[in-house]
Amino acid sequence: MDEVDKKIINHLQNGIPVCESPYQAISEELGLTETVLIERLKLLLEKGILSRFGPLYHAEKMGGALTLAAVKVPQERFEQVADIINLMPEVAHNYARNHELNMWFVIATDQSNKITKVIQDIEQKTGLSVYNMPKIKEYFVGLKLEA
Amino acid sequence: MIDYIDRQLITLLQKGLAIVSRPYALLGKQLDITEDEVISRISTLKQIGLIKRLGVIVNHRRLNYCANAMVVFDVPDHLVEQISGHVCQFDFVNLCYLRPRHGEEWSYNLYCMIHGKNREKVLKQLAHLIHSCGLTSVNYEVLFSKKCFKQRSAFYNANLEQEKVFSDG
Repeated sequence: MDEVDKKIINHLQNGIPVCESPYQAISEELGLTETVLIERLKLLLEKGILSRFGPLYHAEKMGGALTLAAVKVPQERFEQVADIINLMPEVAHNYARNHELNMWFVIATDQSNKITKVIQDIEQKTGLSVYNMPKIKEYFVGLKLEA
Repeated sequence: MIDYIDRQLITLLQKGLAIVSRPYALLGKQLDITEDEVISRISTLKQIGLIKRLGVIVNHRRLNYCANAMVVFDVPDHLVEQISGHVCQFDFVNLCYLRPRHGEEWSYNLYCMIHGKNREKVLKQLAHLIHSCGLTSVNYEVLFSKKCFKQRSAFYNANLEQEKVFSDG
């Protein structure tokens, strides 16, 4: 990844224009040709530096739901519980964190009433209590990471 | 209200915008509508907020953002609005949410994510945040992520691709 790649990544996190030739528009802003930009983007995706190119949907407006949940997993059961939780198709992210509540995951469903069901499933399969931490209010989402 | 074509568009788009000169024309071809119509439909979906953002999702670990801290504060309810307003002013705060407490066991309500390249720097930023936002007397904890077991994009249909990622960080 060189300086040009970094410039591309930083710029694209501001969004992709919705117009006939969006890459042409971006390349002009970056002082590149469209061909070069397209080649580099393909490579960045291939290498996995960019994980996706596309929309971030509003889950609730889509009729779906998202929640953050956590469990306290005994150390000796950690991998086993991780496997159970990761296998649930509704679990989008799962992170180990340094706390007594040591496993934190995001549940995303296409229907809002399914969240409870998924939580019950996880509790049943793991025998652990799930702490449900749905967002009450979103103050800021501006996840933008400088390359 | 969104219609059937919008729904198809949403599903197609979620696989990612094609990296070709006329990506919206390509979507139009797949849906049997014109490029202009695709552009106008996507613009509307953005306008009504169904699409929060059309952009790029970076793999933060590949960019060496390994110190990913979830900082949780126990902010008195009547101060939440004011304090969250301050907290969001800092550009190293990537996300900020209010979430429910769980009794005495988990008394935290304000969540901030700080993604950084090393823990030391993140902790310095946090110290600065606490000092500047008048949070010195507020209880908090920092939960760094140790391992990412799974990461996939949020989705629209529940059973999309599942990507299992094991990476330390």
